[in-house]
Amino acid sequence: MIPITHFLVVSACIFCIGLYAVISKRNAIMILVGIELMINAAILNLVAFGRYDKADYGGQVFALFAIVLAAAAVAVGLSIILMTYRKYKTINPDQITDLRD
Amino acid sequence: MDLFLFYAFAFLAITSALLVVSLKNTARALFLFFIVLFAMAGLYLFALADFVAITQVLVYVGGVLILMIFAFMLSNKELLSDLQDLSGSFITLPNWQSLALSLGFLGLMSYGIWQWDQAYSPAWMEQNIRTGQIILSRDNNINQLGMMFMSRYILPFEIISIFLMMTLIGAAHIARKGDEA
Repeated sequence: MIPITHFLVVSACIFCIGLYAVISKRNAIMILVGIELMINAAILNLVAFGRYDKADYGGQVFALFAIVLAAAAVAVGLSIILMTYRKYKTINPDQITDLRD
Repeated sequence: MDLFLFYAFAFLAITSALLVVSLKNTARALFLFFIVLFAMAGLYLFALADFVAITQVLVYVGGVLILMIFAFMLSNKELLSDLQDLSGSFITLPNWQSLALSLGFLGLMSYGIWQWDQAYSPAWMEQNIRTGQIILSRDNNINQLGMMFMSRYILPFEIISIFLMMTLIGAAHIARKGDEA
């Protein structure tokens, strides 16, 4: 059996790579990819702890819920990106400044 | 052998994720994202979550990524390259600042994991290890998961199905081509 610490370290690395993508990219699709990486790191943690929970299967069940939530988030996010592109002709979030003072 | 395969998958996932965020070409980054998702599915297998792994392959690789590439192809060609103009930027940070932030966060989390002594794991984990209530590789996970979805977790299951329907209708409504939209 692989110790749980190894899962935690791998998941921390993936989470920080996703965080980097979210705060440094200038392309809305790449920001969405970064969010997906962070969600995947969270799912890895859920699954790694869920191995110790045979009575309730809480970790695996909520990992499946998290996958469904991520898929829903991607569907809505991509449709918003498409509409934004149609209206502003860019998907750089820095240039969409209609709500700015 | 187990440990070696685990490290191979972890190495694959982390290096391709690093490549995803460092490549300038968005199309290549999206195709590398495939590899990250497959490697993450492999890592789930090592936590004995076979159904979660196969769902990851079905939903992410089959659905989400196709959707992303589709949306990417609907936008224009100059988006292929990552834009580098930072003048008037109010959301995005420069590369070195975001690198420092994420490295600091990684250091913080690694320090936390390092400080966490295995002897002081949570009480429920201790108890389940003592009574042998941990998932073994010969267990029939899918059967148990189906039972749990329909008995103990029936309320979250129903909530999430309503939520999924709402988001799909909402996404179709937002993305439609209409005069008033």
